[in-house]
Amino acid sequence: MQIFQTDLLCIGAGLAGERVAIEAADNGFSVTCLSLVPARRSHSSAAQGGMQAALGNSAMGEGDTPDVHFADTVKGSDWGADQECARIFADTAPIAMRQMAFWGVPWNRVVPGEQTYYKGGKPFTAFEKPENEGLIHSRSFGGTAKWRTCYTSDGTGHAVLYTLDNRAAQMGVEVHDKTEAIALIHDGETCMGAIVRCLKTGELSAYLARATLIATGGYGRIYRESTNAVICDGGGHIIALDTGKAVIGNPEAVQFHPTGIVPTDILVTEGCRGDGGTLLDVNQYRFMPDYEPEKAELASRDVVSRRMTEHMRKGLGVKSPYGDHLWLDIRHLGEKHISTKLREVQEICESFLGVDPVHQLIPVRPTQHYSMGGVRTNSDGAAYGLKGLFSAGEACCWDMHGFNRLGGNSLAETIVAGMHVGGKVVEFLQGSDTAFKTDCMREAFSRQQDRIKALIHGANGRENVYAVRNAMFDAIMKGAGIFRNGKDLQESVDKLTDILQRARKVGLRSNGLGANQELAAALKIEGQVKMALCVCYAALKRTESRGAHTREDFPERNDRDWLNRTLATWANLSDDLPTLTYEPATSVFEIPPGERGYGGGKIIPMDTPPVATPKGAKA
Amino acid sequence: MARMLKFNIFRYNPQDPQSVPHMQSFTIDETESMTLFIVLNRLREEQDPSLQFDFCCRAGICGACAMVVNGRPGLACHTKTKELPEENTLMPLPVFKLVGDLSVDTGTWFRAMYKKIESWCHTKKVFDPSAPEERMDNAVAESIYELDRCIECGCCVAACGTALMREDFLGATALNRVARFILDPRDERTEKEYFDIIGTDEGIFGCMGLLACQDVCPKYLPLQDVLGKLRQKMAFAAVNNLLPSFMKREVKL
Ligand SMILES: Cc1cc2nc3c(=O)[nH]c(=O)nc-3n(C[C@H](O)[C@H](O)[C@H](O)COP(=O)(O)OP(=O)(O)OC[C@H]3O[C@@H](n4cnc5c(N)ncnc54)[C@H](O)[C@@H]3O)c2cc1C
Ligand code: SF4
Ligand code: SF4
Ligand code: FES
Repeated sequence: MQIFQTDLLCIGAGLAGERVAIEAADNGFSVTCLSLVPARRSHSSAAQGGMQAALGNSAMGEGDTPDVHFADTVKGSDWGADQECARIFADTAPIAMRQMAFWGVPWNRVVPGEQTYYKGGKPFTAFEKPENEGLIHSRSFGGTAKWRTCYTSDGTGHAVLYTLDNRAAQMGVEVHDKTEAIALIHDGETCMGAIVRCLKTGELSAYLARATLIATGGYGRIYRESTNAVICDGGGHIIALDTGKAVIGNPEAVQFHPTGIVPTDILVTEGCRGDGGTLLDVNQYRFMPDYEPEKAELASRDVVSRRMTEHMRKGLGVKSPYGDHLWLDIRHLGEKHISTKLREVQEICESFLGVDPVHQLIPVRPTQHYSMGGVRTNSDGAAYGLKGLFSAGEACCWDMHGFNRLGGNSLAETIVAGMHVGGKVVEFLQGSDTAFKTDCMREAFSRQQDRIKALIHGANGRENVYAVRNAMFDAIMKGAGIFRNGKDLQESVDKLTDILQRARKVGLRSNGLGANQELAAALKIEGQVKMALCVCYAALKRTESRGAHTREDFPERNDRDWLNRTLATWANLSDDLPTLTYEPATSVFEIPPGERGYGGGKIIPMDTPPVATPKGAKA
Repeated sequence: MARMLKFNIFRYNPQDPQSVPHMQSFTIDETESMTLFIVLNRLREEQDPSLQFDFCCRAGICGACAMVVNGRPGLACHTKTKELPEENTLMPLPVFKLVGDLSVDTGTWFRAMYKKIESWCHTKKVFDPSAPEERMDNAVAESIYELDRCIECGCCVAACGTALMREDFLGATALNRVARFILDPRDERTEKEYFDIIGTDEGIFGCMGLLACQDVCPKYLPLQDVLGKLRQKMAFAAVNNLLPSFMKREVKL
């Protein structure tokens, strides 16, 4: 067994993992990042639109402050957010963006003078102040009071990740790519690293670390139709859940994005609507203003996705062999705008659909997009349940997104929280020493070795991993889609419990040697089904509608009974259902629960409404 | 529609002592809007679970799925079967180390490249969290991004005659990266420092200028232009190093 040792082990080398890594390396600690793919292929590179920070440089962002950003974030979360974290986030975001500029991100900048922008498909002009020339510009995204989204054309994630990875290389951060963490090393109290499978050779090794960070991104790929990369398969959540100690917060909080293209579910950015794109139905009628007169296409994502589904249910969708869809129209933005500011969109349409968006409509439908839930941490990014374990980025439930994440807030979270959590990891590393228990490591190692042997030899059965995965896809979609209800969710839970038994009996059909990818799939299938159960079971129990979690049988947002966060653990490996407990959504109320101002819906108020505590105060 | 497609795929698992490099044929029925992403996943799930290949974003933006399709390096997720003949050959990218079948290790190659060209902004300034950002002209930002769009798929390297012959050749992707930093006012490296990195046969003077790289680049990066200007700039730098300062000229990139 090969053993690596490092101060900080970052499982994941996307924006969150690398931003934390850089903070630790900058303070003199040794850092190793693991990644399934070269760091720059991490899903962060696919984010097109941009990241929010209240810089207030642009004409349409004038008067913006972290307070406004904070309020948008809390409203957007449908009051599910932890307001302490949302505050840290909003206050730190401008600094983090400027730091990225300093490190080399080619942000788009303010061009002074009269500029033409679009809103609701109509052009208008705004005057960019000469004194702001050359400062970071911003575009519009859904659910925000001001234009606040910093961007680099429509390759923001790509540009920021490349810059960050450059910085990581400069700081001497080690990135071991094509490696996969398949279990955490722990003694029930302290996390000491991970057991890792090399995806070039198939070899297993142990990574011992004083601090371990889970930054593995979302778990979208437990759904069949998702905008996520195929590597966003919940790997980090699974190994956390497997400890029986770490906690998954709000697993039922799953966001659907309004504009996945049909049939491949590749995302075209919210920037399309932000820049003035409109949604049309089968009659090429613009329907969003009928539902949301104020915000129209720019209401928050959960609202737009629901309205689209509602509209299609009325029979106004466009029929296709892949099911109903709607149209996204950006033709009026003109060739110049599309071929510069929305170039990736143009490329995607041409390459995957054979559609030219300058002249043709884009077929779209709502698609699984973002995991608000994840490894539950406190405001320092420290995971519940295990000392020395941290989490950041989409993998975690920190929790600034509550039940609906605003566009542009996720990419920003990765580097803003990464900066903050990185600082806390440094404090942790400075203040502690871990005694590595080699027996824990050996035990964890041989357990994984045994699992692999059993899978190769079919010791537990010969279930086909892909068949089991397909069954899981069907089961989760049945209950935990955009609209949910008790009957369908119960059916999902029942089916998934059966599928879990099948997942435990998977055996390989190939020989499993080397970087075998069937083995990789087989190693995680049981954990994926468990995650799917966490989603469906938590959604079944939550008898209210909040943010992206919409129960047709409980249409009210119920602050009286449900202004809380679900906490899911898998107490015993052999259990068939997760154990659910709850904690208050937030310990601080800078903004007491209120209306979001869009999306409609009734609210059942709390019996004793909280009073606002001033900015930054702890309850 | 309803064609039967044939794929001859390179097979070899270096970790399996029994495995020898060979070609294996598969057939599959074509469906609407089919891409190689769909083909390969179906082959693995339905016919041969040992088949190795890489996809990540499946949307043409991460660069993971580059392979040689009918003799030409390209992105598999981008490739629509509609545009392919009935019989096809899939090979792994050359130059990079083979992991198995169609999967190669680009990560190690690119990491070594970043270290060699020191792929980061070199500056003596220190970040000040309380100050506003330094200003930049939007047109400059856009021209940097234009070169920053490389997705490190490795197609240009795989198509390059020099890279095939010389292991130490930096390749178009690295030269493009250097050009990106030359454009960037935040990078304080001097022309001489850049010359030390790329003014050699491993760099710009090893390039034969046949431009296979630009032909295969899935991001349509202006590699021809970049290489041309770099060569000119580095040639001037070479001369400038010999000239007294009043005679020195600068080539704008
Ligand atoms: C198409 C698309 C567009 C988006 N656009 C925007 C946008 O415009 N603005 C915005 O704010 N947000 C956007 N998002 C969301 C945002 O991109 C993500 O939430 C964010 O990038 C997540 O970053 P991360 O660092 O947490 O994870 P990722 O970037 O997903 O990185 C995860 C890392 O973990 C590694 N990993 C995973 N499992 C393991 C394992 N078991 N062992 C070792 N390594 C592992 C991976 O290899 C990878 O390096 C978009 C998302 C999608 C899907
Ligand atoms: S032009 Fe230069 S870099 Fe491009 S393929 Fe030819 S030799 Fe290689
Ligand atoms: S320059 Fe083009 S072909 Fe070469 S690695 Fe970058 S994107 Fe790929
Ligand atoms: S899978 Fe990302 S480019 Fe093909």
